[in-house]
Amino acid sequence: MLILSRKKDESIIIGDNIEISIVDIKGDHVKLGIKAPRNVKVYRQEVYAAIQEQNEEALKSVSEVTLPELDL
Amino acid sequence: MEIMTKAYGAVEIDEKQVIHFPSGLLGFETLREFALLDAEQKPFFWLQSLEVEQIAFVLINPLIFKPDYKPLVIEDELQDLGLENEEDEKILLFSIVTIPADQKLMTANLQGPVIINKDIRWGRQFISTSPEWKVRHNIMEELAAQRNNSC
Repeated sequence: MLILSRKKDESIIIGDNIEISIVDIKGDHVKLGIKAPRNVKVYRQEVYAAIQEQNEEALKSVSEVTLPELDL
Repeated sequence: MEIMTKAYGAVEIDEKQVIHFPSGLLGFETLREFALLDAEQKPFFWLQSLEVEQIAFVLINPLIFKPDYKPLVIEDELQDLGLENEEDEKILLFSIVTIPADQKLMTANLQGPVIINKDIRWGRQFISTSPEWKVRHNIMEELAAQRNNSC
């Protein structure tokens, strides 16, 4: 893994058109600014992982195919 | 056309029920073709993979238990699906349901809504930008809360 040191207001460029800048640093909290073309999707890793895991769990959970009755 | 389903074995479906997911679902990126079927138990649906018979998700329309739900996904991404915005009439909105052994504890994933453009029959799993929506919302509890609100 490439590791770079950056200060506040400095940035890095990835490829030709993605720029990630350090907007603010407070304690262990870093605010990033991300400039990227609209076809590049940017998500917080833990949200992405949580949805992946939930999909897998949802799939496993319906091994029995009798679905519940919902009283609407 | 006849397809094989996890829930009901061989089933005859209309081609209009086939939904293309250009980037699959999260964690299942290689599966691109699904069929959307009514489950025998309303108000559930099955999203059945046409590539792997054992892969099928249970879906529900989240507005049934959360009428004020707005997924707040990135509009550019909706446009990739040929949709203008979340009010677009061509939208079918679903949540994936997890059903544990104790079915009262079943949950819906409101953080990762499945949105389909019913005209072109393309779908995608989005990621909500709202911190309000989690991967597990208890459906029975939400229904009960909604009933209390409307009384």
